[in-house]
Amino acid sequence: MQAFWEVSLLELKPVIGLEIHCQLLTKTKLFCSCPTDYVGREPNSIVCPVCLGLPGSLPVLNKEALKLALRTALALNCEILSKTRFHRKNYFYPDLPKAYQISQYDIPLGINGYLELNGKRIGIRRVHMEEDAGKLVHPTKTGRIEGAEYSLVDFNRCGVPLIEIVTEPDLSSPEEAKTFVMELRSLVQHIGVSDGNMEEGSLRCDANISISVNGKRGVKTEIKNMNSFRAIERALAYEIKRQTEIILSGGEVVQETRHWDDSKGITTSLRGKEEAHDYRYFPEPDLLPLIIDRELVEEIRRTMPELPKDRRERWKRDYGLGDYEVSVLSSSKALGDLFDACVREIGKPKEVSNWLQVEFLRIADECKLRIEESYFVIPYLKEVIELLEKGVVNNQVAKSVFEEAVKTRREPLDIVKAKGLEQVSDETAIRDIVKSVLSENQDAVQSYLSGKEKAFNFLLGQVMRATKGKANPSVVRKVLEEELKSLS
Amino acid sequence: MELCDMPAWKLKELIRKGDISPEDILDSVFERIEEVERDLNSYITILKEEAYNQAKEIKARLQKGEDLPLGGIPIAIKDILCTKGIETTCASKILKGFYPPYDATVVERVKRAGAIIIGKTNLDEFAMGSSTENSAFGPTRNPWDRERVPGGSSGGSAAAVAAGETILALGSDTGGSVRQPAAFCGIVGLKPTYGLVSRYGLIAYASSLDQIGPMTKDVRDCALLLQVIAGKDEKDSTSLKVDLPNYLEACRHHDLSGIKIGIPREYISESLDPSVAEVMENSKRVFEKLGATVKEISLPHTEYALPTYYIIAPAEASSNLARYDGVQYGLRVKGKSLRDMYLETRTKGFGDEVKRRIMIGTYVLSAGYYDAFYLKALKVRRLVKADFDEAFKEVDYILTPTSPTPAFKLGEKIEDPILMYLSDVFTVPVNLAGICAISINGGFSKENLPIGIQLIGRALDEFGLLKIASAFETETELQGCRPFGR
Repeated sequence: MQAFWEVSLLELKPVIGLEIHCQLLTKTKLFCSCPTDYVGREPNSIVCPVCLGLPGSLPVLNKEALKLALRTALALNCEILSKTRFHRKNYFYPDLPKAYQISQYDIPLGINGYLELNGKRIGIRRVHMEEDAGKLVHPTKTGRIEGAEYSLVDFNRCGVPLIEIVTEPDLSSPEEAKTFVMELRSLVQHIGVSDGNMEEGSLRCDANISISVNGKRGVKTEIKNMNSFRAIERALAYEIKRQTEIILSGGEVVQETRHWDDSKGITTSLRGKEEAHDYRYFPEPDLLPLIIDRELVEEIRRTMPELPKDRRERWKRDYGLGDYEVSVLSSSKALGDLFDACVREIGKPKEVSNWLQVEFLRIADECKLRIEESYFVIPYLKEVIELLEKGVVNNQVAKSVFEEAVKTRREPLDIVKAKGLEQVSDETAIRDIVKSVLSENQDAVQSYLSGKEKAFNFLLGQVMRATKGKANPSVVRKVLEEELKSLS
Repeated sequence: MELCDMPAWKLKELIRKGDISPEDILDSVFERIEEVERDLNSYITILKEEAYNQAKEIKARLQKGEDLPLGGIPIAIKDILCTKGIETTCASKILKGFYPPYDATVVERVKRAGAIIIGKTNLDEFAMGSSTENSAFGPTRNPWDRERVPGGSSGGSAAAVAAGETILALGSDTGGSVRQPAAFCGIVGLKPTYGLVSRYGLIAYASSLDQIGPMTKDVRDCALLLQVIAGKDEKDSTSLKVDLPNYLEACRHHDLSGIKIGIPREYISESLDPSVAEVMENSKRVFEKLGATVKEISLPHTEYALPTYYIIAPAEASSNLARYDGVQYGLRVKGKSLRDMYLETRTKGFGDEVKRRIMIGTYVLSAGYYDAFYLKALKVRRLVKADFDEAFKEVDYILTPTSPTPAFKLGEKIEDPILMYLSDVFTVPVNLAGICAISINGGFSKENLPIGIQLIGRALDEFGLLKIASAFETETELQGCRPFGR
């Protein structure tokens, strides 16, 4: 046991590295021509001798997967090796029909890259291609293996192409790790290589974490089963606390693989160093070494879609948007795409940004609208902004008209006309209403006149209410001020 | 001579002239099977009814004037090649009940060429062995002497061709599995250049060494069958894109003047059986008579080839055979847990030799041993290949015995794996180098056992191999010798 003052001299720093798997958005699997859209399919309905690993079958590389993997490696600023190859990773599990996974080992597709995170470079050690495994289905109420008398195997996911991205241990907090994964997800979505859906498992993340003591690297553990951004942050925070407590009490962290239990909020030991698999990697003899054509690399570089960071810069530079607005709009690729589409159609990036962030997102959330399927709102938004600018409706009415247009898919102008929502700016009409409101609210008038300015807003609200929100607020304000002045 | 003892090219002639029909050939072949199969055990599955059905179909296609290179010719398929809807066992209990949903590329190609598949032949389990004794379906016996083995692992195919139980056969050769049984049974066996024939549907033993090869009654048939099975297949990434020559053309020229043949001194040691040494001497004289010059050469890394093979092949096998876990197909022995199921299934499903190689392979790929064994073996493999590259600067072909002895007796070597492995000492280097070689009958021992000679050629020089083999065969008239029906 160390004494308190010794402990207090220790400088403890979390050291985190991530391994992220993304499913590539190819139509067919990595080594056969079966389709990849396994979600919701009947079990074992998109399989063939190759992805089932039937005796005698042989893999043939999907060139499209190679292109997407190259695009990812280039977007992560990796060095592309001119010759790469596949290895077999051998282990027994029922969802792995060949009992080996075709993966890459000593010569990955890309190495030594980085991804910038708020100005800090997070090193990318390697990017490589591999095939996915199938899934076990347990016939229990929870769907978990505990208590199952037998398990079934669904091979539909077998052979779906994945890229594995391994970072350097450059991340120093759970929050930073989470932000990194979000940024990486945004990247793969932007360049169209993966849909990055964590819930459906098309983006999966494992972490290696240790605590360095006075700059000396500690023993690391590997954390698995973090299935959401929140889980990444929570699991790593838990693990930092656990390791720190061990170190502070003079103990030693054990090198092992740990399982994050999201419901209990803890990690538990899965297997120790001794039980670690020996994967017996060796070069895959069924595939030839892969020579990477320089021209192909250059073509992929030339046709690289806009990266998230470039898009954010463009919004700031060309549209004058602020950091906060940009961060909301870039929270998903879909929203950013919708924003760009709106601006193309409407112009006025600042107004569009406001409308999307506040009104649209609220309505979309309420109505469970998918952003990808929300392009129909563009003409509505355009019209509403015009109506507002022309003074046909006031701001409040514009918002409710937009909401109704989105929900009922009716033209905003139709709604305005049908409901008679045109703004009333006629002073005489408004003055009549103001007068009657003042006479009905003598208390408020008295309290305003005795110096309580808040009463003004109350009276203003009453007038707006009396006009069903249609009155032009600036006219109301002006008339109300005049009338009150005349009373004093 | 009975039809079943005739080569395919002759039968084709007879069919073309209208002298016989495909059914006549089947009658003859099945009559022979009836006669000898109980003793020989060449087949695991015999497809008599299916064969006659196919014959009808082929006859109709021939009558329509379709040009079928193997039209109406019976062929036996080593039971390591997938056949759609026909049980494919690899002579292993673990694949009992495995009916592939697809045909191997070579099977597809011989079918398209009009061949009639008459059965699946016996082999050493997963092609691991040199005697066809390691079969879950019992050993195959040598038609020349039933106390002796037919060689292996394609022993069933070799015995069937020699005995007239088929006309043509396909085998697979990982370290000599086509050539050594061909030699033991007095027939022709070709190991093509790695990549010339698609491996799609060949149940893998050692993927970087496996090749499918023709096993035939003479060299001309070998050319005929190779023509059908060779060529690029998009389903096999390791298959080569090559312009195929007309292999039958190779069998027309018998002048070997200007051709240089080397005999490696490392292959002619005192341990060579005297009858084999005599055949080698004779063969040398025949080639000289045909106009070739024969000289001694050296392949200095020969002694390392066999140990290298027994690291690389088991390493790949340990991975290739890991899929037999009882989950998806074949044998499943239930267990209390997943681990138990794996253990029980694989313990009961695999024979001793297969287990031995899986264990060796697992060991040499393990962390801490990989560099010392597997990586080292890959380096030696390159040296073995370099030996051949050097030799082919000096000579055009290399002549060796196919195996150090004629067919040995059943049980003679089965208890001593190393002794058994030595049977392939002359064939294994060819697989390591990825080049091509053919085994043809070179003569007979005093006990009237056939003795094979091996001719090794440069990568993709099958044409040249067939040419000199055909010249030798024509000169010696040895290939016409059959164990029965004379």
